[in-house]
Amino acid sequence: MTAALINVLIFPGLLFLFVLSLIGEYYDRKLYARMQNRMGPPWFQPVADFIKLLSKELIIPANADARIFKVLPLVACISTIVAYLYIPLFSNNSLLPFNGDIIFVLYMLTLPTLSYALAGWYSRSPYSLVGTMRVLTQLFAYEVPLFMAVLAPAILASSWSFQEVISFYGNSWLWLVNIPAFAVAIVTLQGKLEKVPFDIPEAETEIVAGVFTEYTGPLYAYFRLAMNMQTIVGASLVAAVFFPFGFGTCVLLNFVIYLLKIAFIIFLLALMRTLFARLRIDQMLVFCWKYLAPVALLQITINIIIKAWF
Amino acid sequence: MTKRIVIPVGPQHPALKEPASFDVTLQGERVADILVKVGYNHRGIEKGCEGRPYLHCVYLLERVCGICSHSHSTCFIQAVEEVANVKIPERAAYIRSIFGELERIHSHLLWLGVAAHEIGFDTLLMYSWRDREVVMDLLALLAGNRVNYAVNVIGGVRKDITEEEKEQILKAVDILEERTKYYIQVATEEVSFIERLSKVGYISYEDALRLGAVGPTGRASGIKRDVRKDDPYAAYEEVEFNVITDDHCDVYGRAVVRVKELMEAYSIIRQLIKKLPQTALAVNVPKNIPAGEAVARYEAPRGEDIHYLKSNGTDKPDRVKLRAPTLANVQSVAKMLENGNFADVPIVIAAIDPCFSCTDRMIVASNDLLSAKENRMTWKQLREFSIDWYKKNKGVDFSKIKKLGK
Amino acid sequence: MSKKLGKVFVEAVTSLFKKPATSGYPFEKREIHKSYNGKIAFEQPKCIGCQICVKNCPAKALIVAKVQDKVFEMTISLAKCIFCGQCVVSCPKKALSTTSDFELAQSDKNKLTVKL
Repeated sequence: MTAALINVLIFPGLLFLFVLSLIGEYYDRKLYARMQNRMGPPWFQPVADFIKLLSKELIIPANADARIFKVLPLVACISTIVAYLYIPLFSNNSLLPFNGDIIFVLYMLTLPTLSYALAGWYSRSPYSLVGTMRVLTQLFAYEVPLFMAVLAPAILASSWSFQEVISFYGNSWLWLVNIPAFAVAIVTLQGKLEKVPFDIPEAETEIVAGVFTEYTGPLYAYFRLAMNMQTIVGASLVAAVFFPFGFGTCVLLNFVIYLLKIAFIIFLLALMRTLFARLRIDQMLVFCWKYLAPVALLQITINIIIKAWF
Repeated sequence: MTKRIVIPVGPQHPALKEPASFDVTLQGERVADILVKVGYNHRGIEKGCEGRPYLHCVYLLERVCGICSHSHSTCFIQAVEEVANVKIPERAAYIRSIFGELERIHSHLLWLGVAAHEIGFDTLLMYSWRDREVVMDLLALLAGNRVNYAVNVIGGVRKDITEEEKEQILKAVDILEERTKYYIQVATEEVSFIERLSKVGYISYEDALRLGAVGPTGRASGIKRDVRKDDPYAAYEEVEFNVITDDHCDVYGRAVVRVKELMEAYSIIRQLIKKLPQTALAVNVPKNIPAGEAVARYEAPRGEDIHYLKSNGTDKPDRVKLRAPTLANVQSVAKMLENGNFADVPIVIAAIDPCFSCTDRMIVASNDLLSAKENRMTWKQLREFSIDWYKKNKGVDFSKIKKLGK
Repeated sequence: MSKKLGKVFVEAVTSLFKKPATSGYPFEKREIHKSYNGKIAFEQPKCIGCQICVKNCPAKALIVAKVQDKVFEMTISLAKCIFCGQCVVSCPKKALSTTSDFELAQSDKNKLTVKL
């Protein structure tokens, strides 16, 4: 019982995810800055930001619904942490594996997006309203390609659970077949995390802060924490499904390989942030449905053909 | 039927660098209507000029705007020199033009970064502002300040360019020209940049002519007007350059016009440096300017800047009036955004290169509230009038706010 | 125009290995030119008390007071000074000159009026 409690609260649960998300934010911001020929923030910047935001005054607009207003950041954080507990990090099994946990993790990762939309709606301010409409429209654009891309390797392995997918690929090189789906998954992950070029819901220069305009102080700190944790959880999901190697016997080696996988994925995400301008919402819909969904479909077709062959 | 909501863009908004209010009525994501209000940056500069001698007015007018400071001061001095019937030495004209072109370079690089920031392309912002530091350092070396150079005096300039400084200018222009070629490549080839700027903020040639668009905004719609060619001042008659126009008529065209104008500016500076004549720097102008009126024009980085001066024989001007280019361009913003997307509002506003500090001057409207005999208000009366107006029309009571000072 | 995706890719990746263009002020200071318009310097022996600089200052920032016979003292309000250099140009005896001292910020407003 205590072992399970330690697993959930400290490692690899709440505390470990918290620390890793702060390190992930520092790494991402430092890469972004260095690619723009700037110095970037010092290592303690994410911690300092979090503590500073916690110490600010909490202002709730008179029009807003106070109870839901306060609960939504916690919903975002908690659903992200629960999703993290079900992803295998350095061994074949996650904490509580069951059949179908890939789909469960994907569903849990949709909850934060819905909480952003509700946060915008219940703030009752014009900027947040526009932000809500954009969050929900963007959800329609990237959700289907993301699901299809993440589930393509699972289709090849004929199972919906992480454990069987990892043991199917084992130590073979079969995971190289899924590279197109990996590309689609990285692009749609950027959409889920709402970063440039898909940060339309939180476009700073257009709608101030979008859905988070009326959030101040501690509530905003938890939303930002939820966004950072979502980065780590999304990167871990992509790493577990597309790079199913490095789950040998030595736990320390697995841990190092896990960190390297996450570092590589965050590097790709930071690169995407640097290279592109922000898309408009109608351009994003066209882009996702015209280019991403067909590639994901193609990958699924290839996987089905390979499965039938062997 | 989607409901209409009114979203205030400004007066305080991350998209605008200076306060102005655009009340956008949205239907879904389409712009149905837009209401433009300016006047938040009025500082009473024209009134301030009336009580100060010409020497002080030059410094005051330099501080109308930070980015086009040399434009305003030179334009005013050209008006004064026209009234006083003074011809400045040639070297002074060349030095004024060199500073004018350097200012154009720094203003266009700043604009490129700001436009990139408005569409979310922060990388280009960081790169172009890093290269702008080259020009700012050069201006600090030549004049002593990065903005508000204070090189103009009535009758010429007061600071010289030595041989060593000429070398520095040519070296800096070489570096900048290479970087600008890179930015031209990025602007014409990067897909997301083109997609965000094309077909946005479209205004046809006839509409631009009718609404009075000046500067790069008008030149991007094909209007071939440039004060440096139509009405040459300073040393612009001695150099050869092209007037850049483009026929895209949208924000992309304005970006292309500005970047190509950068290349022209480098060529102009090289020609000016090569031909810099050896004459005196300034002529003596008496303190009291004779009575008369004059209008002077100048091609600021944002367009055509007009200054009107009325003098009355003393050492203080009688009336000074400025018309900044942004006032002419802001009228076309409403037309550009007709049936546009809301996401395009910041970039369209940024594409006219707004400088509301330049724009806000006083407009005298008919006041039917006061009787015809009393068309002057004291400070106290103005304060009471405004408190009353806000109580009646907006339901807000400001009377409890304490006055500062005496 | 040929359209490419990610045109700044090469520049971005090479910038990872270049020295950053920004510096950690105030621990690392930047070199500035000697000709920078900072605080002005006053040479007391040369001043004749003609008050031309006081009259010509656009911001009325200078005060020249007589201490003894033919010895004058100058006080400048750094809050009002606009660093234009007009006083340097107008002084007939060249008693004023610019320095490049620009770090003049203070938390106490009274400390901004200094004797030169």
